[in-house]
Amino acid sequence: MTSSSTPSTQQRDSEQVPIPGPDVLLKWLRDMMLIREFEVRAMQAYQNKLAGGFLHVYNGQEAVAVGTIAALKSDDPVITAYRDHGHALARGLDPKVGMAELFGRIGGCAKGKGGSMHFFDAPNHMYGGHGIVGAQTPLGAGLAFATKYEDEVIRKRPNSRVTLCFLGDGALNQGAFHEAANLAKVMDIPVIFIVENNQYAMGTSIERCTSAAGNLVHKAVAYDMDAITVDGMDVIKTYRDMKALVDDIRETPRPAFVDMHCYRFKGHSMSDPRKYRTHEEEQENESNDPIDGLSKFLVKTGVLEEAAIKTMSKEVRTEIRAAVKWAEASPEPDISELYHDVYVDTWGPYTGTSLPEFMRDSSKEKS
Amino acid sequence: MSRTIEFRDALREAMSDEMRKDPKVFLIGEEVAQYDGAYKVSRGMLDEFGPSRIIDTPISETGFAGLGIGAAMMGLRPIVEFMSWSFSLVAADQILNNAPKMLYMSGGQFQVPIVFRGNDGAGGQLGSTHSWCVESLYANVPGLKIVIPSDPYDAKGLLTAAIRDPDPVFCLESERMLSMTGEVPEEAYELPIGKAVIRRPGTDCTVVSFGRPVHFCMAAAEILAKEGIDIEVIDGRSVKPLDIDTIAESVRRTNSCVVVDQSWSFASVGSEVAAEVHRVCFDDLDNHVHRVHSDDVPAPYAHNLEAEMLPNERKICEAVRSVTYNA
Repeated sequence: MTSSSTPSTQQRDSEQVPIPGPDVLLKWLRDMMLIREFEVRAMQAYQNKLAGGFLHVYNGQEAVAVGTIAALKSDDPVITAYRDHGHALARGLDPKVGMAELFGRIGGCAKGKGGSMHFFDAPNHMYGGHGIVGAQTPLGAGLAFATKYEDEVIRKRPNSRVTLCFLGDGALNQGAFHEAANLAKVMDIPVIFIVENNQYAMGTSIERCTSAAGNLVHKAVAYDMDAITVDGMDVIKTYRDMKALVDDIRETPRPAFVDMHCYRFKGHSMSDPRKYRTHEEEQENESNDPIDGLSKFLVKTGVLEEAAIKTMSKEVRTEIRAAVKWAEASPEPDISELYHDVYVDTWGPYTGTSLPEFMRDSSKEKS
Repeated sequence: MSRTIEFRDALREAMSDEMRKDPKVFLIGEEVAQYDGAYKVSRGMLDEFGPSRIIDTPISETGFAGLGIGAAMMGLRPIVEFMSWSFSLVAADQILNNAPKMLYMSGGQFQVPIVFRGNDGAGGQLGSTHSWCVESLYANVPGLKIVIPSDPYDAKGLLTAAIRDPDPVFCLESERMLSMTGEVPEEAYELPIGKAVIRRPGTDCTVVSFGRPVHFCMAAAEILAKEGIDIEVIDGRSVKPLDIDTIAESVRRTNSCVVVDQSWSFASVGSEVAAEVHRVCFDDLDNHVHRVHSDDVPAPYAHNLEAEMLPNERKICEAVRSVTYNA
């Protein structure tokens, strides 16, 4: 599938973007497998009461996180909503640190204080993980504003970074998104709003709650913003469409909008019986599994043999099993953590702040 | 060297001084640039710093408050102006969920060094929607600090401290005080956030207040002095952190306390101060702490009704007489 466009948008040619070589494609496959396995184990852990709260898994949408983030440079900011494990892992979060966060342990990315909906990874420029629908969109505009400000105002050089701000199709109906979109346009902010259009706002289908449901790029017309539609079930197409867009936005800072077609294989959260959609619909979409899609492509093009895929899948299972073990072994946060990280400043009962273990231990901060 | 300037000039000096020193500081809000500030607080700043650092926004509080928070997560130091804190209510999710909780939710990864500032409280016959006192609502939330300057000297010192502070700080100003003049040093200086000041020493009763009502207390002190009641007026300067030490030290001398808080009484800054004084000074008190608030009604338009609603001199005098058994 190629990019489609609204009447107001430029046609850009993602066909010009070369398909990456075998090493990169293999990494994408592994990353997608890793995300899927992470989620499978997270669901298990949830059922075993190792994880609490709300758990929103990413099964089915792996190509979106992997394909879009592959189009970025390492210091481009990424921000998303509460279905955030996939983005964090694709950005490079160590799965054991993510799993420990789910388990509410001190080794978690947020020391067990954030939980499933609040995955943060500063060294990998992952800015959350945000629980309120749409509330991350002004923040995303702010991240992109700051990168441009740092470049143009402080360092006196052209803009060098692009921010990806993910939201669900349900978030299109929040005022915060529309304010962020308008601001981004009038201020020429280099942020790409990626609507992960999995067709359901929790249990309400997009036709029931969102105008222009059949063609979301119409939303962008109101903000005079470039917009494309992308097949988010195909990681190669996602990457090529996004790479062309990201490069363009980096060159000429301004916002853009992506209607990213995808499907959520599981329920909204763990308590969702999915009565609002048919089994047939689910089966049809699951037959378009993004991991199978890339696997088949790699076999067909002779990059990989079936056996190698099995080996890779086994490796990933081992890695995630180890992550679960590591997370289980990580202690619960000390009670003193309750009053830590509330303020940077130390006053009254508050004890200041410090970085989480994974940032202190590794000291492998990427620039 | 000090000179006499207006409250609004003091605020502007704090912002301009910090902007000259630190390129990460910028000002964003409605009408802050080309209009020279809806209340002329930012007058002339566009000329000095240009449109990349003095930034006009659409009327879009959720958008620009959130944008500021995102920028602060990246290490910039935004000053976000709300034309009125009344308008901050539409941005409540951003300023109460995102700014003060980011550090905690990210396990210490992302600080949010941001200042939100603007006019708080009754502006003068603006009616109910435009007369919000947000201090009691917002002080309930952990992770943020609230300062309320009551004169030009404090305005510059507290706002300077707020801009330099690593945590989110809400600076609550008053439209009714922007033209007030006072002695302000030319050079930059900070007043510590969380430290109260005794405005008027006295022996008979400790009267604690914040912001504009501090002046109502000073006026009440003159009336009460003629009756032989000598009150000590404490300007809390910041609501959060609350300087209970300075208040308690005073109450231990006067053995009585009145709190004057312009927000509504229920679950308020006033009730918090009263609870703290009761906790810390229980054995020192000759009477329970009395509280003076705005009346528990929407702010009315009519001049006489608004004047009656506010925590005015008459109500303060009545409370002091009552708490000191002079009623």
